[in-house]
Amino acid sequence: MDANPDLLQVGGLSTGYRDRPVIRNLSLPPIRAGEVHSLVGPNAAGKSTLLRALAGLLPASGSVRLGGQELVGLPLAEHARRVTYMPQTLPQGVALSVLESVLGALQASATGNPALDGHEAGQRRAAAILERVGILHLALEGLDHLSGGQRQLVSLAQALVREPRVLLLDEPISALDLHHQLRVMRLVRELARERGMIALMVLHDLQISARWSDGIVMLAQGAVVATGTPAEAITPDTLARVYGVQARVEHCSRGSLQIMVDDVLPAGGAAR
Amino acid sequence: MSATLPLNADQVLAAYRRLVMRRVAILAALAVLCAAAFVLDLVTGPSALTPAQVIGGLLSPEGLTPPQMAIVWQVRLPYALMAVLVGAALSLAGAEMQTILNNPLASPFTLGVSSAASFGAALAIVLGVSLPFVPAAWMVPINAFVFAFGSVLLLQMMARRRSAGVETVVLLGIALVFAFNALVALVQFVSSQEALQQLVFWSMGSLSRATWNHVGVLAAVLAAVMPFSLLAAGRLTSLRLGEDRARSFGVDVSRLRFLALLRVSMLAATSVAFAGTIGFVGLVGPHMARLLLGEDHRFLLPASVLCGALVMSLASVASKTLVPGALMPVGIVTAIVGVPVFLLLIFRKPGRE
Repeated sequence: MDANPDLLQVGGLSTGYRDRPVIRNLSLPPIRAGEVHSLVGPNAAGKSTLLRALAGLLPASGSVRLGGQELVGLPLAEHARRVTYMPQTLPQGVALSVLESVLGALQASATGNPALDGHEAGQRRAAAILERVGILHLALEGLDHLSGGQRQLVSLAQALVREPRVLLLDEPISALDLHHQLRVMRLVRELARERGMIALMVLHDLQISARWSDGIVMLAQGAVVATGTPAEAITPDTLARVYGVQARVEHCSRGSLQIMVDDVLPAGGAAR
Repeated sequence: MSATLPLNADQVLAAYRRLVMRRVAILAALAVLCAAAFVLDLVTGPSALTPAQVIGGLLSPEGLTPPQMAIVWQVRLPYALMAVLVGAALSLAGAEMQTILNNPLASPFTLGVSSAASFGAALAIVLGVSLPFVPAAWMVPINAFVFAFGSVLLLQMMARRRSAGVETVVLLGIALVFAFNALVALVQFVSSQEALQQLVFWSMGSLSRATWNHVGVLAAVLAAVMPFSLLAAGRLTSLRLGEDRARSFGVDVSRLRFLALLRVSMLAATSVAFAGTIGFVGLVGPHMARLLLGEDHRFLLPASVLCGALVMSLASVASKTLVPGALMPVGIVTAIVGVPVFLLLIFRKPGRE
């Protein structure tokens, strides 16, 4: 992992909507290439807002540096050569096939990568990513004929085909069954390792985020409450402060974290 | 799509290329149908000319009497060309609007852009307002454009509000239709007898005032706008995947929207200025194209142009033949065809086909 010195560094970031600042002066520990990190926290903690700001979709001040390159204020087309954002859902009622929608991701703007921007080359990469995601057999199927799980895999393929250095995922598994949840998590981690890609995702499921992430960022009310490895960030104390629940966190024999939530704490005992 | 499951990437890409070839073939077939409908439009009409005489008169001017030549060259040909151009322009405008506003019910007519253009044109006709340095002949289209663009900006502002759903935009469009129709009526009320006659006839939506000048201007606008539409095709396709996603793929969506709506205004305003308000072509054309070819805009936009032209040519033929001996305003025909399609679209739930 040290072979690739590219770091994602977020410092002093403030962002939000026109009349409602959500995040003020937020900093994160540097994220190394090839790592998967999860943003967790209660509803309205600012997770999605932070992700959208990192994606360049919201006006922001402060600093987001990728391998020395400042991303804040970069034009969208330049930004899109490095960072790709995957929203929670694909729109309904779109008369495109799976392959066309993935090609659409490449036609949107030049990726700056000669292996992707050619007509022929783009088609090959699109087919390759569909194969990798495991939905090549659906390539010519209409988007509206797919199940929710399949649609999410298509959505992921659209983001991955641009071969971003940073992949931002907004609740990629919230609508999926257990099989698809694990499939998405495994795939994202494998590709992060292979490509030296940084993956940062908003997750609600603490168990899954602990199992599949290299690092956790726990947010509440637009501020960072805890960061570090899953074991460092997810503790009975942080869970009580952030979620207002009484919980136990144990290391099971296989080394993964087990989070057992026993009850909600009485109101007023939590940070919210 | 295909009966056998494609197994590897090469097979999938080969199947995709076959699909692309089939789409090109469908586009070619549409073009042939357009040409056929155009010829049919040319040879139908109230005057006693045989199809052979019309075609002969176009190819070699010797065989016909001067009045017959006048009918062919000054009536039939500009009329038929105008049908093709108006259909193409309105349908392209509709296709872009539907994508940009993410609304299957959008078209220049249903969302009040045509009505706004009508009002602008009515002001120019009745009040004779003129800007300095603008030739009088251009006043009607330019005024129509200004109002069309204004209404389009209003629609865009509404569509971008987070709370605004598909229905909100349609309701705003309906409000615009009512408001501008009322304003047109007001202009009619205060206008002179002569101007009134001109206005009423014009607001019905008719091709019968087509002149070579009009044909030339509309053709020029269409030729100027279409390359930019086609250049934006990839970005428009990616916008169908969601606005945030498209932006994260590097599409400046605000700019894309603004420029597309500028094109829509130009197309709708010019069409309305020369042919009055012709409804529903801008709705029906793009939906036909979408059913035939899907939403890859590299195919959808040209197909919309062709479908619009085809529908309009056929509507023009119908307007000349439905009531024998009389020339119905073509806007009536397109409305008769368009309203059922509009209702069908309203009642079809999106995403559940």
